[in-house]
Amino acid sequence: MATMIQAIRMALHVGEDKLGVTDIFGEDVGPPLGGVFTGTQGLKTAWNTPLDERGIVGTAIGLALAGQKPVAEIQFCDYAFNTIDLLKIAGNTFWTSGGDWNVPMVLMTPVGAGIRGSVYHSHSFDATATRLPGWKIVMPSTPLDAYGLLLSAIADPNPVMFLMPKALLRMKSAPGEGIPGEPDDERQLSKMIDAPLGDRSAWQPRWPELEELYIPIGKARVARHGSDVTVLTYGRNVQMCVAAAEELASEKISVEVIDLRSLHPYDWDAIVESVRKTSRVLCVNEDTEITNFGEHLIRRIIEELFYELHAPPKLLAGGHLPGIGLADALESASVPQKDGIKAALLELARHEP
Amino acid sequence: MSSSASATISAAGPKVAAVGPDRLPDEQCVRIYDLMLRARLLEERLITMYKQGEGFFWIGGPGEEAFNVPLGLLVDKGEGVDHDYLHLHYRSGATFLAMGADPVDSLRQMRNTATDPYSRGRNFAGHVSIRKWNVVPVTSPIEVQFAIALGTARAQRKGTGAKGITIVQGGDAGTAEGDFATSLIWSSRKGQELPLLMIVANNRYGISTPYAGQHGYDQIAERGKAFGMPTAVVNGNDPEEAYAAIQKALDYVRTERRPYLLEAMVSRLRGHSSASGANPSKDEVDCVADFEAKLESRGLLTRAEMDQRRQRYTDELAEAHQMVRGEPHPAGSSVYDYVFADKNLVGGEA
Repeated sequence: MATMIQAIRMALHVGEDKLGVTDIFGEDVGPPLGGVFTGTQGLKTAWNTPLDERGIVGTAIGLALAGQKPVAEIQFCDYAFNTIDLLKIAGNTFWTSGGDWNVPMVLMTPVGAGIRGSVYHSHSFDATATRLPGWKIVMPSTPLDAYGLLLSAIADPNPVMFLMPKALLRMKSAPGEGIPGEPDDERQLSKMIDAPLGDRSAWQPRWPELEELYIPIGKARVARHGSDVTVLTYGRNVQMCVAAAEELASEKISVEVIDLRSLHPYDWDAIVESVRKTSRVLCVNEDTEITNFGEHLIRRIIEELFYELHAPPKLLAGGHLPGIGLADALESASVPQKDGIKAALLELARHEP
Repeated sequence: MSSSASATISAAGPKVAAVGPDRLPDEQCVRIYDLMLRARLLEERLITMYKQGEGFFWIGGPGEEAFNVPLGLLVDKGEGVDHDYLHLHYRSGATFLAMGADPVDSLRQMRNTATDPYSRGRNFAGHVSIRKWNVVPVTSPIEVQFAIALGTARAQRKGTGAKGITIVQGGDAGTAEGDFATSLIWSSRKGQELPLLMIVANNRYGISTPYAGQHGYDQIAERGKAFGMPTAVVNGNDPEEAYAAIQKALDYVRTERRPYLLEAMVSRLRGHSSASGANPSKDEVDCVADFEAKLESRGLLTRAEMDQRRQRYTDELAEAHQMVRGEPHPAGSSVYDYVFADKNLVGGEA
């Protein structure tokens, strides 16, 4: 059972092998390290850049314009903020040129809290990313979705941002959700594609015969079916919301968890279907709460589904804080945790109109 | 070029000197002059349109023609990595004209008509995009093109088999941005050098701030030396010197597949943009007037012939302006067009 980071690596390999990926690059992305999270080990087109995020994004745009298929990485999204104007250019080039130049690039970047990353390895990027028109934004919560969304991102003719929930990168696939073509034995997979410790100069990966699998951009997944309350979430918070929902099942509260997977374009049809069923909505994500993507969803739900609702929609997000605190208690207080999600769900479920 | 060939252009007088290293053949001089003049008159028409309220903003390159026309004539024009990629700026109108762009399209962009082929009425004058000639969209943010050019250059680096190179151009003030340093660093990495010609058009101003207020060094080209790349400073007000300098730089980058930094000293004859009035600047060299005097003294064109050309092109542009006045503005609903591509055009899908 592949981990999410192995799934990402395998998708990049398929990208190189079958989808024409020409360049996978970023800080420490090439040999010998293969990425600070090992996401790019053993890939034949992976190379190291100078420590210069603007150079990385600029190069990705230029490679794309020259008909290549670049996949660039910003090592942590916390370090992407100095590239915002280049990200805007990637997103507006097709539009400003009146359809002359599309920009087929993928930008991968780890996001979010959960690894005690303190102030500058814990930022979220979803609120910022969804304010970059012209980009498609995806964020997986399982290894299989990571694999399928990354292949769709690579195949797309537009700039696509692949947000990697860093707290989930070591999570393993659930039973029955393996990557198509990976060996059954996870130790065997590790021997095939994980670089050895120490000197790895002579090491070559042995890639399994992987099948292409495309998770369409713009399609949500029902992570847990339910009928009383809808949760709209993505990335790291999906598992937390599912766990909170399981605990509430004993209290006879049935929670439906929608994993959006794509933040833009997002699956409005799936949201409408679930909200019509439950009439109660909670949005959960880790980005700071003011001008948060969940606020947009709530605004649209209120505008278009107001008379379907039995309770005011709720947002549970990161505090409007300058950073994520390092100490355990500080990090936990900075971003949503399972108990807070559970309490919010309970409140929504018990709300009397 | 023989003197008899020049005689077909003008019988006004004898040639004053033999063709030297920085002296172009007579026909070529006349051709360059003709393009410089047309580029200048195009800018003047655009300023007129602005002042008549037919466009919201003007920015352009009066004063850069003597450098930009030779550049446009020397690029390897075409689509894809076997031709040159151009990441230019909003003062590059003369380069586009020399490459063969239709001046009427510039009027369309100034008037933001639906027929504007560069941006469909979405962007300012001089923000050109021509994919079939590898002209990457001109941006308003300063110097970002120096980061983006690294990507097209990488697609053409040694070992790829690509024949084209990448040319990036900006102004002197913009080199204070980090993207200029990015370009120097990424293009000169040992074993990964990029076939990139970096051009700085130094007009000695950033809007109102003079060069000396921004830079502690004499010439921007000096900065290239720390990165082991050849550099040159050229008088960008002399089209023959500029032509030779650009040719030398292009030859080097094409052959060696390595970077080169070329600084051209140019004029800014109408200020920064319409925001500063677009009025004629005094005390700056006018490359068109200078070259006219040179052509006259060489006997290649008479003053009367040059005045006739000027009148003819002025009339043509006035007529084109009349025509563009009749072209529609885009419908508001078209603003949602081209947000996302459904085909990989740059990847060859049609």
